[in-house]
Amino acid sequence: MLHIDLADHYQRGTSPIHRLDPRVKIVGTLLFILAATLLPPGSWAALAVLFLGSLGVAWQSRLGVTYALKRSFVVLPFALAAVTLPFTVPGATLAQVGAFVISVEGTVRFLSVLVKSWVSVQVALLLAVTTAFPDLLWALRELRVPRPLVSIISFMYRYMFVLADEALRLQRARAARSAQGQDPRRTGGSVLWRGRVAGGLVGNLTLRAFERSERIYNAMLARGFRGELKTLTPPTLTQFDRYALAGWVTFLAMASLIGFVFAR
Amino acid sequence: MLFKPVQLHIPDGFLSTPVSIIGWVLLVVTVAVALRQTRGQLGERQIPLMGVLAAFIFAAQAINFPVAGGTSGHLLGGALAAIIMGPWAAVLIMTSVVAIQGLIFQDGGLLVMGWNILNMGVLTAFTGYFVYQLMRRLLGEGRNSLLAAGAVGAWLSVMVGALATAIQLGVSGTSPLGVALPAMAGVHALIGLGEAVITVGALTFLYAARRDLLSIGETAPGKASASWVGVGLGIALVVAAFSFAASPDPDGLERVAEDTGFLGRALEPVYNLFPDYTLPFISDPLVSGILAVILGTLIVFGAAFLLARVQGSRKAGA
Repeated sequence: MLHIDLADHYQRGTSPIHRLDPRVKIVGTLLFILAATLLPPGSWAALAVLFLGSLGVAWQSRLGVTYALKRSFVVLPFALAAVTLPFTVPGATLAQVGAFVISVEGTVRFLSVLVKSWVSVQVALLLAVTTAFPDLLWALRELRVPRPLVSIISFMYRYMFVLADEALRLQRARAARSAQGQDPRRTGGSVLWRGRVAGGLVGNLTLRAFERSERIYNAMLARGFRGELKTLTPPTLTQFDRYALAGWVTFLAMASLIGFVFAR
Repeated sequence: MLFKPVQLHIPDGFLSTPVSIIGWVLLVVTVAVALRQTRGQLGERQIPLMGVLAAFIFAAQAINFPVAGGTSGHLLGGALAAIIMGPWAAVLIMTSVVAIQGLIFQDGGLLVMGWNILNMGVLTAFTGYFVYQLMRRLLGEGRNSLLAAGAVGAWLSVMVGALATAIQLGVSGTSPLGVALPAMAGVHALIGLGEAVITVGALTFLYAARRDLLSIGETAPGKASASWVGVGLGIALVVAAFSFAASPDPDGLERVAEDTGFLGRALEPVYNLFPDYTLPFISDPLVSGILAVILGTLIVFGAAFLLARVQGSRKAGA
């Protein structure tokens, strides 16, 4: 583990999804998540349609139909936040566990939240893996995210791998000096001591970050930096992009319609 | 994997649409102010310095230490960034960190990103900075005052972020407030300790190695505005907690009241100051839960304050 390659999750490709204008992809993703979030609880048909839509995008991206599906279970741990709904929402009894009543309404609400977040994360993932990060940043700026903020984020992206490497080296140095035993929990002194050492590493990393930013700034000045980052001329929206966005919006509108018509 | 997500990242779907949109509106205003403030503070160094420090917080979140039972303490970083760089610069740093985590790593949703950034970036930065400055003023100069102020600021910053998250989940109807609030408070009282220990470790190091860096935050612009935001924040949290405690349908609340005891026992936090985060002499579990959180906060604050005072006077006497 010499160099950290934190997975630029971007997967190179030439599929129609890869070639879509990044602005279209960002807006399309947000609209999809908005459509999913707006659905009333228990709109299973509409959620199924949205899920098929995300599978369709995955298929068109030529990464494999189940590409996003396989990586979409990251949201599950957070489900704990909603897990009490079946017990606390009043309604018809579904089952009884000891003194606690599981209600139908509560279970429906809980599962809806879960499925909504699960389909949303699939589309968000597809956005990230089919768009190179510089393109994403360019699109953000075009979508009126303040220019300095986008510049800061692009700097962060450029250096986070470097600083993550530094963090890794610091941790390796700590491991080399703390006589790591079989049981990592018993390494070093008390919990407090371990925490202070970790804090020391963070402090050390602070200094390295400051010094690096100083060097970077000087290098930028030497190359004519005047407080603004320049970018080359960007692509323009093609006919294909417009049709794709129009088709996507129609699809989302239909899914929402299904959701509200067949609402429980 | 080296990079574990921090617990407060809300995925899409867990917050209702109106709540999500309110978050975005608040964020847009906050970032606009932050950009103007730091422009004055840093000039054209703003972009490279903020960018590299954001990368630093991202990397620092990966530095952890084993605690017990497979859990580990790690840093969120909002308070530390604010203590070093001042509150508005910290807002920009944390905004970048949380935005990249959501965009590239799917740690946290996109529609809910407004609140994710506010919870983990803005609220942590302002709470951390406000408490830190307040305690520094009360305790005076010196190493112990610095460390005590850093510890309490860091711990409270995580608590405020967690409580705000609980309130959003409650208002969105994803988790009843009577459950979410005590549960989040309980878990993050522990997680906040990790934050406090690492922050103190970092401040100790910086105090020894480069004391001058710690004065950037002291002289940063927006000290007054940060104080006002801090005071407003405290009031808003209390009002929000109590108003939503009063408003939901009584049926739901009664159910919560029945179930909280069970849930509290299910979580069984050994670190809990009060059993099930409820005070024995108040019957409503929600109100007593909130009171317990406030009381716990005051106790920790007071203890750190006293400790620093005692140590300081001992040093002065010697």
